[in-house]
Amino acid sequence: MNSKSAISNLNSSVWRSFRTAAWLGWQIESNWTDPFLFAVYSIIKPLASAMILVVMYGVITHGDFASPLFPYIYLGNAFYIYVGAVMTGISWAVVDDREHYKTLKYIYTAPTHFPTYLCGRGVARFLTGTFSVVITIVCGILFLHVPIDFAAMDVPLFVVALLIGVLMLAMMGLLLAGVTLLTVHHYGAVGEAVAGALYLFSGAIFPLDVLPAFLRPLGFLMPITYWLELLRRTLVGSVAQAFPTLAGLSNAQLFAILLGLTALFTALAAIVFRWCELRARERGLLDRVSNY
Amino acid sequence: MSQQFSIETQDLGRVYKIREGKKKSVKTLVALHDVNLQVPRGELFGLLGPNGAGKTTLIKILTTLLAPSSGWARVSGYDVVREAAQVRPRINMVSGGESSGYGLLTVRENLWMFAQFYGIPSAEANRRIRELLQVVGLADRLNTKSSDLSTGLRQKMNIVRGFLTDPQVLFLDEPTLGLDVGASRDVRAFIRRWIEQERARTVLLTTHYMIEADELCDRVAIINQGRVLACDSPANLKRRLQREAIFQIETSSPNGLSARDFEALPGVRQVAHHPGDGKATFEFILDAEEVVGAIINTMTTKGVRLLNLSKREPTLEDVFVDLVGRSMEEIESADKEMA
Repeated sequence: MNSKSAISNLNSSVWRSFRTAAWLGWQIESNWTDPFLFAVYSIIKPLASAMILVVMYGVITHGDFASPLFPYIYLGNAFYIYVGAVMTGISWAVVDDREHYKTLKYIYTAPTHFPTYLCGRGVARFLTGTFSVVITIVCGILFLHVPIDFAAMDVPLFVVALLIGVLMLAMMGLLLAGVTLLTVHHYGAVGEAVAGALYLFSGAIFPLDVLPAFLRPLGFLMPITYWLELLRRTLVGSVAQAFPTLAGLSNAQLFAILLGLTALFTALAAIVFRWCELRARERGLLDRVSNY
Repeated sequence: MSQQFSIETQDLGRVYKIREGKKKSVKTLVALHDVNLQVPRGELFGLLGPNGAGKTTLIKILTTLLAPSSGWARVSGYDVVREAAQVRPRINMVSGGESSGYGLLTVRENLWMFAQFYGIPSAEANRRIRELLQVVGLADRLNTKSSDLSTGLRQKMNIVRGFLTDPQVLFLDEPTLGLDVGASRDVRAFIRRWIEQERARTVLLTTHYMIEADELCDRVAIINQGRVLACDSPANLKRRLQREAIFQIETSSPNGLSARDFEALPGVRQVAHHPGDGKATFEFILDAEEVVGAIINTMTTKGVRLLNLSKREPTLEDVFVDLVGRSMEEIESADKEMA
């Protein structure tokens, strides 16, 4: 087989794996109940979690919804939905296929591009996540007066930053999927635990300055920190810059850091996933079912 | 790529490390030991052995799911470790006795999805799906959610999944496990027909059903404790025992009589004891027919009544007992007791 046809085969395998996995993910995600319940769940779940945060904020600040901290928290929390959805969606596919459907071995031994297959499985969660983000932001604008200035909005930067962020989250999900291949338990908590921990260290609900000094570097290393900041700035402009943590950085600088860290995480995810996959194959874990 | 053998292994070994409890030491379990096999194209090759013999481990290695600890293996001419991406489009696998599949999807959707992974165009995939479902008697369940299928029907769906991609080499791991007698017979007939349609196809089938191996396979490797003990056609394997006399004796309640009581008798090569309800069956492989006199003598002195005595042709079960020293049934029940 010459190198040209090998590349063409790889490309078609990658696209096939992604497309089919995305279709499968959507079938699983949308068919677990009837369409009405699915729609209700998709609306109520994100709104309920946002409302908990709003009530807590209202109590602590005695109803100071005019403070720049409110849009900071509200938007950070809204976009953080993507972190749980994309990252956990990809890593959970390993547990789901291996433990629940018992199909992982058939997919692994088929001519699929396995990492791409897992990323494809995350597409459905990205779509339902997008729905949740939109609902949360629209409700924020309509009922809580989150000050989004549509005239001043930097739409191209918002779209590009959003897509790069989703790619970055997918790579973090792949990294976790690799780790999940090595944990032979019905253990989806790996993704959830990481998403939970990053909630505190990525400036989602409070600026990094609030953290003790020794914990702040963790936040500065996380691409999610810069991604959330950039999304806030493109939507609410100067209000988002009211906090000192990243105020010294311009949008271009934030974008460059996000891009660099995304590239770094992509390389890291590729290496870690490959290593974990080989280890799982050596140890016979790819089809081992715990029955927990 | 042209190659003589569809499957080839040399000194293939696999060792599992098992940790017993969190603080206990790591134990090693040899699942495969220096397995050397050569399966030519067009052959229906059987691996016969009890549960835990290493059959599934061998299939996992050959299908790129598990890495070997030593030796090498090639499928369709490609190394299963270094060239796994070349092996995968050429193979498929079906494991029996499990209910895998996406329960939310219909039978057609499950099968169509796997066809997509193999790059089969939708129209062609749907044509093959209808054709194969007809063969296994599932045509009327095309649009049934697979979660609504019984275990046996799910197994049939999985069998269709294996054949759907028309692989060069098909691995069937206990394909009839969990199927009723009629369905097993149909599946065996279909496997035979499928391989005869196209001589480039190869099947490796594992089973612990003697009749399945005898009826279906061109050649059989008898495997126990990770070692291949013999490998030949079923006829040749049985011919090894044709010089010996094989007797089956049915008795009344054996009064404590066991296989051990006969093993010391001169001329007795192997004994298998199958206890029943109020009676028992003993199977003997003897060096010569005359030895049966001493056996009957032993039984009568113990007060055991003979109900039936027959001499018969050797079966693969006898070959297995001759090679291993125990029947497959005895090995499996001993393993269960240990577990």
